[in-house]
Amino acid sequence: MNEPTRIQPSRASAAARFPAHPVDAMAGTSLKPEHLERIFDEAPQRGFFEVHAENYMGAGGPPHAALTRVRQDYPVSLHGVCMSIGGPQPLDKAHLGRFKALVDRYEPALVSEHLAWSTHQSTFFNDLLPLPYTEATLAHVAEHIDEVQDAIGRPILLENPSTYVVFPQSTMSETDFIRAIVRRTGCGLLLDVNNVFVSATNHGYSALGYLADYPLEHVGEIHLAGHAEQTDDEGELLLIDSHDGPVGDAVWKLFDIVISRRGATPTLVEWDSDIPDWPILKAEALAAQLILDRHASGLANAGH
Amino acid sequence: MPAIDTYAAGFVSALLDPERPAPAMVSGPGRKAAAKRYGVYRNNVTVSLINALAAVYPATQRITGPDFFRMMVRLHVRATPPASPLLFEYGRDFPAFIECYEHAQSMPWLADVARIERAWLDAYHAADAEPLSPQAFAVVPAERLAGIVLVPHPAARILRSRYSALAIFAANRVDRPVTSIDAGEPEDTLVTRPGLEVFARRLPPGGAPFLIHLIAGEPLGTAAAAAIDDSPDFDLAANIASMIGAGVFIAIHWGN
Amino acid sequence: MSTRSTVSAALLASAFTAALSSFAAAAPLSEAEGKAAMDAGKEKCYGVSLAGMNDCAAGPGTTCQGTSTIDFQGNAWAFVPGGTCTAIMAPGDRMGSPEPLTRDLPA
Repeated sequence: MNEPTRIQPSRASAAARFPAHPVDAMAGTSLKPEHLERIFDEAPQRGFFEVHAENYMGAGGPPHAALTRVRQDYPVSLHGVCMSIGGPQPLDKAHLGRFKALVDRYEPALVSEHLAWSTHQSTFFNDLLPLPYTEATLAHVAEHIDEVQDAIGRPILLENPSTYVVFPQSTMSETDFIRAIVRRTGCGLLLDVNNVFVSATNHGYSALGYLADYPLEHVGEIHLAGHAEQTDDEGELLLIDSHDGPVGDAVWKLFDIVISRRGATPTLVEWDSDIPDWPILKAEALAAQLILDRHASGLANAGH
Repeated sequence: MPAIDTYAAGFVSALLDPERPAPAMVSGPGRKAAAKRYGVYRNNVTVSLINALAAVYPATQRITGPDFFRMMVRLHVRATPPASPLLFEYGRDFPAFIECYEHAQSMPWLADVARIERAWLDAYHAADAEPLSPQAFAVVPAERLAGIVLVPHPAARILRSRYSALAIFAANRVDRPVTSIDAGEPEDTLVTRPGLEVFARRLPPGGAPFLIHLIAGEPLGTAAAAAIDDSPDFDLAANIASMIGAGVFIAIHWGN
Repeated sequence: MSTRSTVSAALLASAFTAALSSFAAAAPLSEAEGKAAMDAGKEKCYGVSLAGMNDCAAGPGTTCQGTSTIDFQGNAWAFVPGGTCTAIMAPGDRMGSPEPLTRDLPA
C-alpha cells in the first residue's frame, strides 16, 4: 500500500497491550456474539475478526470482555458504520472521540469506514445512505477523512457503498470519486466486492468495468457477503446488500479476479442477518482463504 | 453552502414517512423510476430500527406478540427516531410511549416490564467496577456507620412498579411457556452487574427506598430511616447482606 | 428528606455484624478458588442471569447491511396483542386479553 509518510501508526507511542498479529493474506469473518462460545472453545486459528466499532462503544461489560479476549489471539479489524463521512454536516466529535478510543484500546490491524452517511442534523437513520459524486461532495468527504485520520493517527480504509438510486446531479463516476479521495487524503480502500456487484446490477453497468477503473493498488481489505434479490419499479432485478446468506457465485468469481490482480489481501466474509452456526460461516472464510492461498503461492498468476 | 446541504435534507425528507413520494433528486439509472429503489432505504431505516428495539425489549415483544409489537414500535420509531449512532442507547423513551399507547392500555404493567429490559441493557453496557467486599464494611467503626456514603456501581438500577413487573419480565426473557401470572402484586427490582452477568432480583419491603436513598448519596443512617418509614417490617441486616451480595456499591466515603 | 425515624449506631452495628457473618459462613473458598470459579463463570456465558436461567441475547447490534424484510404497514390485527399477554392477569380482575378492536384504522 502506498501509505503517505505523514501518517504513522500511533501504537509506537504507547506500550502495546496486545500481540501484533499480522493480518496479511488472511481471511476472516464478522465477530458475532452468537459464535463467541464456539470460537473460545477452539484453539486459535489462522484468520481475523471484524467488529462494528459502534457495538463496542459502551463503557464496559461483556462486549469489551469478549473483544479483549478475541484480540489476544487474533488480529482484529475495526469497522466503523456510523461516522457519516459522506454527509454534508461536520463529523460528530464525540463519536470520533469514541472511535479513536477504540483504535487506541484494541490496536486493530485494520480500520475502516464507509463512503456513505447516516446522520442528518440530529437524527441517526441507521442505514448507509448515498451521496452525489460532485466536486463539492468530494471536498467535503476528503475533509472528513483527513479529520478521522488526524484523530486516530493512522490511515483508514474507505469502503465503496452498495446503492439503489443515483443522483442525476453527480458529475463523476464512483470510481473517479474514490480515486480522487485516495489522492487527496492518502486513505486506503476497503473493496466490497459484493457491493460492486450489487451496485453494478442495480445501475446496469459492468462490475468488471468498475473494477478496471477502480484503484486496486490501494486496497487494504476486501469484503464479501451475500445479497438478496428483489425487483425495481420496472420489474427488473434489484439486488439488496442483505448480508443474510452465503457469498454469491458471481461475487466469488469477481473476488478471484480481484485477487489475481491485486494479490492476496485480507478478506472478510460478512454475515449480519439470519446468522448461521459457526461452522457454516467459518467454511465461507475458508473458501476465501483457499483462493487467497492459491494466488499467494503463485499458481494462478499465469492466466492474468 | 446550500448546494452541498441539499442532498441530505432532500434525501431524508421521506425516509420516515411512507406517504411521501421518493425525492425528485434521486432516480434509477437512465432516469428510471426510483419509488421502489428509494423504498429500499426507507425500509432499511424502519426495519433496522424496529429490529433494534426488538433486541432491547425481547420480553415486551414476547408478551404482545410480534405483530402488535412491530406495529407499536413502528409508530414510536417514526415519532422518535434515534438521536445517537449508538443503537444500544436507543429506545429510552419507549416505555413512556407504551404507557400512553392506546392499544396497550389493557396491559398497564407492560411499560414497567420494558423499563426493566431497558435497565438490563444499561447494566450490560455499564462501566466495569469491582463491588465492595464484605471486608470493606467490616473496618468501619460502629459509630461511623450512620454517616457513611456509598458510591453506586455504574450498573446498579432500581425500578419500582405497582405491578408484578419482574415476574412478568422473568417469565418472558426465557423461552418457556408462561403459566398464569397475577400482575397485581407490586414489585421492586434491583438490576446489577457485579461481574459480567446481569442480575435482576426482587427487593424485599423497604429495600427500594433504602437503596434509592443510598444511590442518591444519602448517608446510611438516613437511608435506613427512610426504609423503616416506608416499610415497618424493613429488615436492615438482610438488606445490607443482599446489597453487598448483589454488588450494588463500589466505594465507601466515610463522611465527616 | 423528611424522614421521621432515626436509626441508632447500635442498631446499624448489629445489622452489619449479622450481615457480614452471613458472608463469613458462606465463604468456604480460598481467594484462588473463588477467582477460578469466577473466571470459569466468565468464560461460560456473557448473558443474562435471572434465577439461574441464562440466555445470551446481547442486542442490539449496529449493522451495515440492507434488509430484505419488507416493512409492511400494520393492519387491524396488529393493534391486538397476542403473545403471552393472555396468561397475565391484569389488576382489577381484568384479563390481559383485550377487546377486539372496533374503531377504524388510521389512514
